[in-house]
Amino acid sequence: MNEFFAVFGRDDFLNQLLVHVELSVAALLIGVVVALPLALATFRSPLWAAVAINTGNIGRAVPSLAILALVFPLLGFGFAPSLVALTLLAIPPILINASTGLRQVNPQVIDAARGMGLSGGQILSSIQLPIAAPVIFAGIRTSAVQVVASATLATFVGGGGLGDLIVLGLQRNDPAVLIAGSLAVAALAIITEVGFGALERAFTPKGLLVARKRAHTPSK
Amino acid sequence: MSSFKAGLVVLQSDLGPKTLDWKWISNNLSDEIIPAVIGHVYLSFVSVAIALAISLPTGVLVSRYRKAYPPVTFVTGLLFSVPSLAAFALLVTVPGIGLGPRAVIIALVAYSLLVLIRNVVAGMDSVAEETKDAARGMGLTPRQILFRVELPLALPVIVAGVRIATVTIIGIATIGAYISGGGLGELIFTGISRNFPTRVIVGAVLATLMAITADLALLWLERLLRPWARVRRA
Repeated sequence: MNEFFAVFGRDDFLNQLLVHVELSVAALLIGVVVALPLALATFRSPLWAAVAINTGNIGRAVPSLAILALVFPLLGFGFAPSLVALTLLAIPPILINASTGLRQVNPQVIDAARGMGLSGGQILSSIQLPIAAPVIFAGIRTSAVQVVASATLATFVGGGGLGDLIVLGLQRNDPAVLIAGSLAVAALAIITEVGFGALERAFTPKGLLVARKRAHTPSK
Repeated sequence: MSSFKAGLVVLQSDLGPKTLDWKWISNNLSDEIIPAVIGHVYLSFVSVAIALAISLPTGVLVSRYRKAYPPVTFVTGLLFSVPSLAAFALLVTVPGIGLGPRAVIIALVAYSLLVLIRNVVAGMDSVAEETKDAARGMGLTPRQILFRVELPLALPVIVAGVRIATVTIIGIATIGAYISGGGLGELIFTGISRNFPTRVIVGAVLATLMAITADLALLWLERLLRPWARVRRA
């Protein structure tokens, strides 16, 4: 038990934890920066929105190990190839949710805003984006949890992270390292899930909560 | 960010794109690639089947005893958020499980429970109260109502859950090869360790194709089971 706790104090544990967080945060940020403008550029046209959503759906079906493994023959081992792969994994959930969220905004609300004299940019920034925000954040949350979990696999293409500890523990038959690494990853994933859940609630406009309570429609 | 620099150095080295070794593919098709595909289908199919056998009764019970729903989703949600490599590694240390397909199947079943139970409950909820009343009025027993009215009407939503679970499982099963579970992941891992990209590409591409095929096939089944939605759209 003591050697198990000792793992958490070791330098390599802290280093790998740091690499894991670096990889995940960078991949998620780049994912948001790529996916959100794509959704904004396509959601007005039914054809392009369908292309974006369907590409996203197919992208979501691609196994994470497959993406990491396919990046390896092209870019080789290391942190940067892992980051590329994780970014590719981060994009689909955000793209799907941002597109569907923006398209779900009631056209009557937009008509009303236009009637009040709001410009296209104002409608986007003060009507469409706030109303779509909870759905967009749900997408970012899905993406974040997936990236944190998949960053564990970066160890197989030399990207480092907490997966290194799990693999080390398995190879050396050292349960203390293995369990410490596994629990740290699991905790990181659960913290991400809960943290982004709170963020999602924080970004839900108050008016939307009232409307939801009044309509009492199950969100599907 | 020293690891980032190391990554860039690797990027610049001579590891660049290599062409597929088609000869290796044709030479190893019957004794390596096809068995890996079959192993992968087996792992995924058995896991979904076991998970469904657990989730169907659990979902039906939970839809009746609503108080049990939050704790069930909490526990299965916790299982779902544990990263797969961590789950596999932890299961290997459990006495009586160890390396091999057994640990992989246990983890895959655990992953599918949340999605499946959630969809069984949502499916049962989607059956209109009037429909059940009508069935009761026609003299059907509660058991007949469950099997002849509720479950058939809930089926499309349940299949939607099976679809998500299957795609997830096909993906995660590749990682199971690391703890000797077999399947397409084995081609990926041996390819990486021997620095032989053809193996990696074959394993990854086949796993991707399998996931996308399962996704589309189950989507088709879901639409087939929902004829009323098609009529309304037309």
